[in-house]
Amino acid sequence: MANAYTPGLLVTESIVVRKRRRLPILGEVMVKAGDVVKPHDVVARTQVPGDPETVNIANQLDLEGDEVLEVMKKKKGDSVKKGEVIAEKVTFFGLFRSPVHSPIDGTVDNVSDVTGVVTLRRPAVPVSILAYVHGTVSEVMPREGVVIETPAALIQGIFGVGGETQGTLEIVAQTNADILSGDKIKPEHKGKIVVGGSLVTADALKKAAQVGAAGLVAGGIIDQDLIEYLGHDIGVAITGAEDIPITVILTEGFGRINMAEKTFNLLCSLNGKVASINGATQIRAGVMRPEIVVTSENSQQSAERDLSSGMEAGTPIRIIREPYFGQLATVHSLPPELQLIETGAKVRILTAKLASGEIVTIPRANVELIEG
Amino acid sequence: MEQKRKLRSILATDCGSTTTKAILIELVDGVYRLICRGEAPTTVEAPFEDVTMGARNAIHEIEELMGRTFQDESGIITPQRDSKVGVDIYLSTSSAGGGLQMMVAGVVKQMTAESAERAALGAGAIVMDAIAINDGRLPYQKIQRIRQLRPDMILMSGGIDGGTVTHVVELAELIAAAEPRPRLGIGFNLPIIYAGNKQARKHIESTLAEKADLRMVDNLRPVLEKEILGPAREEIHNLFMEHVMAQAPGYNKLMSWTDVPIMPTPGAVGKMIETVASQKKMTVIGVDIGGATTDVFSVFADTFNRTVSANLGMSYSICNVMLESGLDNIMRWVPFNIDAADLRNRIRNKMIRPTTIPQTMQELIIEQAIAREALRLAFEHHKSLAVGLRGIQTQRDIAEAFEQTATGASLVDLMKLGMIVGSGGVLSHAPRRVQSALMMLDSFVPEGITQLAVDSIFMMPQLGVLSGVNPEAAQQVFDRDCLIRLGTAIAPVGTAKEGDDCVSVKITTSQGQSVEHKAAYGSIHLIPLAEDEVAEAVAKPARGFDLGRGKGNEVQSKVHGGVVGVIIDARGRGPLGLPSDKPNRIRKLVEWYKALDAYPMDILAKYLGKEETVSG
Repeated sequence: MANAYTPGLLVTESIVVRKRRRLPILGEVMVKAGDVVKPHDVVARTQVPGDPETVNIANQLDLEGDEVLEVMKKKKGDSVKKGEVIAEKVTFFGLFRSPVHSPIDGTVDNVSDVTGVVTLRRPAVPVSILAYVHGTVSEVMPREGVVIETPAALIQGIFGVGGETQGTLEIVAQTNADILSGDKIKPEHKGKIVVGGSLVTADALKKAAQVGAAGLVAGGIIDQDLIEYLGHDIGVAITGAEDIPITVILTEGFGRINMAEKTFNLLCSLNGKVASINGATQIRAGVMRPEIVVTSENSQQSAERDLSSGMEAGTPIRIIREPYFGQLATVHSLPPELQLIETGAKVRILTAKLASGEIVTIPRANVELIEG
Repeated sequence: MEQKRKLRSILATDCGSTTTKAILIELVDGVYRLICRGEAPTTVEAPFEDVTMGARNAIHEIEELMGRTFQDESGIITPQRDSKVGVDIYLSTSSAGGGLQMMVAGVVKQMTAESAERAALGAGAIVMDAIAINDGRLPYQKIQRIRQLRPDMILMSGGIDGGTVTHVVELAELIAAAEPRPRLGIGFNLPIIYAGNKQARKHIESTLAEKADLRMVDNLRPVLEKEILGPAREEIHNLFMEHVMAQAPGYNKLMSWTDVPIMPTPGAVGKMIETVASQKKMTVIGVDIGGATTDVFSVFADTFNRTVSANLGMSYSICNVMLESGLDNIMRWVPFNIDAADLRNRIRNKMIRPTTIPQTMQELIIEQAIAREALRLAFEHHKSLAVGLRGIQTQRDIAEAFEQTATGASLVDLMKLGMIVGSGGVLSHAPRRVQSALMMLDSFVPEGITQLAVDSIFMMPQLGVLSGVNPEAAQQVFDRDCLIRLGTAIAPVGTAKEGDDCVSVKITTSQGQSVEHKAAYGSIHLIPLAEDEVAEAVAKPARGFDLGRGKGNEVQSKVHGGVVGVIIDARGRGPLGLPSDKPNRIRKLVEWYKALDAYPMDILAKYLGKEETVSG
């Protein structure tokens, strides 16, 4: 059998996390290999060219494109101030002057003698890349960025919204089935990452934003609650750039779903520690899952994961489709031959032992390994 | 030719956004046949970040099933050493990692920008935006948009050869001002293909050469009345290999394994559809519904068109199907009640766990309902882009003058459509083939007499790339192992009251056996006709119904059989007669499913309410 299975999400108390921190365009790396960095340290920076603004001089002065050079008061590369004259047409021996003023502060980027359009560019915008996690610079990609390495506990979620942030983990659930409702969020949660159990409610989202919490973590969410909070629907699963004050990470999916016990227990053990979290999710073209990273002092674990073993009897799994969606189980058997399921399709299946002890048949495509 | 004759075995993979599919083709008794297939999840994403792992896993499945060895540590073993080890050639297509993402630009939106869009789509790209001088956006808005997008490359056109250069240079200046960056490869300049007015080349070069990796090819519209897309498409494929594939995780390794360049998956499927249309001399629509996108291909009036609906798919973009179609439109195909909130959560969970499959009949029917809407929306999109050249002088005969058809009218004519070929997981892997036929009928709503077929195991991409190396092998496998004929649909156009006469059909097989069927409006019927059978059909539509020869006029035609048979679709056209009130709609859906034996009715009964029994 080939290893045809869905790799699960990583939930581990000890692993070496490597974070690649890259600039959007080439720039300057501010640290060197071996440096120890904190989450808010700038590791690389660059200047992104400012927004351009075009001025159609030919149109404004009723000229042909190739006549524009003759009336220009500024040339390519000159800096200009808003309101400054950049071109001027003089007629009737200097009696009439038709000036064109710069609409912005910036520089002259281009003067076209074909179209008669002048391109002005606003000042460059500085962009800095932060370390995001506490760790050591393990690799420098010259002019591009760095790789930061740290031993850490790592929990990958299934879906999230909101970008990178840090905060102290605060567990407010007694069990992995508890609902994270608004009344559980207090003013003292300002700047913290609040962890619930099975579901984060709409009022919890509002309350968390009110008190200034940094993030929320729970098993699931009702899709309409999330859409209402975001103010727009989600068509494709590419998130992370939402304009919202808190980062939300779901560990299981949509609906009320108990957080996997292993995930919940690990988060409980990390209660009170500072975590770096990121809700960014991208389920195509370079998959990205949301994550919770808690740096630890040392670790013997390697970042290399053993992905060759696949599943065997006893392997813990999560069922990720109806009719057993969200349930945790262990592999009971792995029959090699294709089997008929209710839909009439013949597929590879496994039998799984649910928490209740019941043995059920599941297509292999509908389970994922609980990794870590 | 010498080499083609010598090919004994061909291994081909298609690295899709979700699954990597491998097929083994071999020469058996002088004919190329599909021997075995395997598949595995695509591994472009973390933690693997190496496309070759998924390819190896898919090929490994074939190795296990066949008890043979095709790969070693360094890659694929070529050529074939003996009956157990190696293959003669290895090929691959890819749409993983987001496929090929392009931006196009032209001077006039409906002319050169549209030609550029057709060139990019035909080459297998997703078109992120089409910028034009007259697209209604202000210059700063266009610049903002170009800056936001990080395409893999830009195709730029504008002006006829010898025409004015000002506008196309203006376009180049907008692009230069935006300083666009490529999606992959931080230190690389963005490739820009210029396929516009030749007289403007030197200005384009002085504007863009420093800021981009500029390539020049022949004008897409050298004169207004002509559209030449070939050179631009060829350059797109070259750049796809040089820039996009070279930057994606593991592709350098995969490229070193393949014997010919990797093709973008949709480009390969398109090539196969074109081949089918020319071989069978008929108008064809092909559709490939994937996890992220739905591609529609058509050949009407000898013109090939491809469109891709980038955000209509069955997994990654499934929520966008729900968003664009609305939940009610999905639910109209479902014959049972389900809580809307529960359904929304299920659809979102499919989005975040894209590789899962339906396990229950309820889930299957919901998934196929979503597929109908994705297909319908993608087809609407296709019809709007598969149009004749706009703004040109055309000679019209007197009938056309009376019809007042404008230039740029859609080329898609459902009455003239000869065949629909469906591809993609939800169509190719439907547990019963009749389900695929019904999905295509419901979403494309073909008129008159139309053949239906599916790509049996999702291998058109591999055959498309193979057709460039060995067309004979591609054609033989396509006919014998890839294309599964479902049958023929006979669908009169018109509406009436339920139960009114609609059409009577007499089918006579080659052995002279006849069967006659009278279909009332609002019904659907199935007449079994074997896959290799071509029968004579005489269809007489009732007054007010048209089968292509005018209302009420009899049509005689050959009809192909298939694994489903001949479907008399008397549910009406313009529009399809799906009742709008829920009880009647559910009653009709159950009736149609029963008539076609589309689902096991005993299992379906579990999910139907008391009022929605299957007995009636």
